[in-house]
Amino acid sequence: MAVCSDKTVLNQWYAIGATEEIEPERMTETVLLEEELSYTVDALGSPKVWRTGHDAGELVPSQCVYGYVWTCLGEASGEVFAIPEFSEPDRRNMNAATIGVNVSAPRAIENFLDMGHFPYVHTDILGVEPHTEVKEYDVEISIENDEILATRCRFFQPMASQASGGGADVEYIYRVPHPFCSVLYKSSPVDDKRMDVIAVFLQPVDQEHIRAHMMLSVLDEDNDDKSIRLFQQTIFGQDKPILENQFPKRLPLDPRAETPIRADKSAITYRRWLSRKGITYGVIPAAA
Amino acid sequence: MITLYDYELSGNCYKLRLFMSMLDIEYEVIAVDFYPGKEHKSEWFLEINPLGQLPVLEDNGFVLRDAQAILIYLASKYDAGGKWYPTDQPQTLGDISQWLAFADSITSTSSAARLHDGLFYDFDIEACRAGAHRLFRIFDEHLWFAEKQNRNWICPGDHPTIADIACFPYVILSEEGGISRQDYPAIRRWTDRVKRIPGFVVMSGVFPAGPAFKAAG
Repeated sequence: MAVCSDKTVLNQWYAIGATEEIEPERMTETVLLEEELSYTVDALGSPKVWRTGHDAGELVPSQCVYGYVWTCLGEASGEVFAIPEFSEPDRRNMNAATIGVNVSAPRAIENFLDMGHFPYVHTDILGVEPHTEVKEYDVEISIENDEILATRCRFFQPMASQASGGGADVEYIYRVPHPFCSVLYKSSPVDDKRMDVIAVFLQPVDQEHIRAHMMLSVLDEDNDDKSIRLFQQTIFGQDKPILENQFPKRLPLDPRAETPIRADKSAITYRRWLSRKGITYGVIPAAA
Repeated sequence: MITLYDYELSGNCYKLRLFMSMLDIEYEVIAVDFYPGKEHKSEWFLEINPLGQLPVLEDNGFVLRDAQAILIYLASKYDAGGKWYPTDQPQTLGDISQWLAFADSITSTSSAARLHDGLFYDFDIEACRAGAHRLFRIFDEHLWFAEKQNRNWICPGDHPTIADIACFPYVILSEEGGISRQDYPAIRRWTDRVKRIPGFVVMSGVFPAGPAFKAAG
């Protein structure tokens, strides 16, 4: 019996580890939705994931996508959502880090969608006072793909990425194609027609703990992987205490539970979208 | 020129960034991909520090490892006023050394808990947390009695010492290892005082003191 009774959550694909950090044939243990798993990747790059708690030994579906091993503990349907940019030949793709955070997955997604905290939490990097205004932006739920799309997001950033030469107004597009994953596109400092991709693939360990996998797909010919990675880790390290001090740890879906402001438009849409999907894992569902 | 082999999320590296900022020392950084790259265990780094640990500091060819040792070196060489490590005061030096060792114990408990929770190190998390709480109780009591004698810092005297710097990072980062400081009011007051020392800088996970403190300071 699965511990998680939320079928929608159970039937999703989840990233559980970066393939480049796994030695071929070596077994790694992890926990997803309170279930113990082990996984390996063979020399040819094929993954294998199996249960080690209840039904120990039972193989579960797996695939390698975007540099991670993904698995599904319910009924796997369809593919992992598309990130077409990932396969563009001139992009640098990497796992910036996998970090454990004591927070529910939806709280972490909501923080990822929020621009209002940039000047206060990522001071002198992703924002700086007095440039604190979150300008009007658009949010919609794409019927076709069943995902949230926030567009026309703009923010003044002193140092938007490792490749930045200085402060600039940066454009953001956010996608939420999965209840616990988000893909962010931001203006590339080196190519004004294209965008860098920063994705978070959250692995809910339980309802209040996650492993956050941070995938980067960036245009940058000058900086080495290390400095691109460390830049993102610095940002994520600044978010971590904010995330871990959220109270309650689970995301309340009742619209009256927490008072949003205009800048929280994408968060409001996200909460509604989770409610409509009937998500119960990692949230406090609205009273019926 | 000073070179620091550094990793942003390391509290031990932060001790040196913090102290060099307070002393207004210029330095350059060589970033080491501690996680996920494990670069501190790579061949080139093991040649610099066979223990495979950060930080390492190089000053004109002189190479030193261990955050506490480096604090002693920096204070002795670059603090013209001799306030951070008063080499002419035997009792204070003994006191400082005692608290530098205490800082190491904080590392092996509070920092270990943080590595377990954040970077998945295979440690006995309950033992780490219990160990940190035991140290924090002792530390809180020490600071409380110091306050009763109108002292702001760990060691006697009007000026902070390198003991304050050595103990600060893994105290302020303890919540990342699930160790609350709610029960340690004297520790909380002390961390606010450290944040108001001129030249204080933050690291990821550490926030500056609020503007009210600046006004009061």
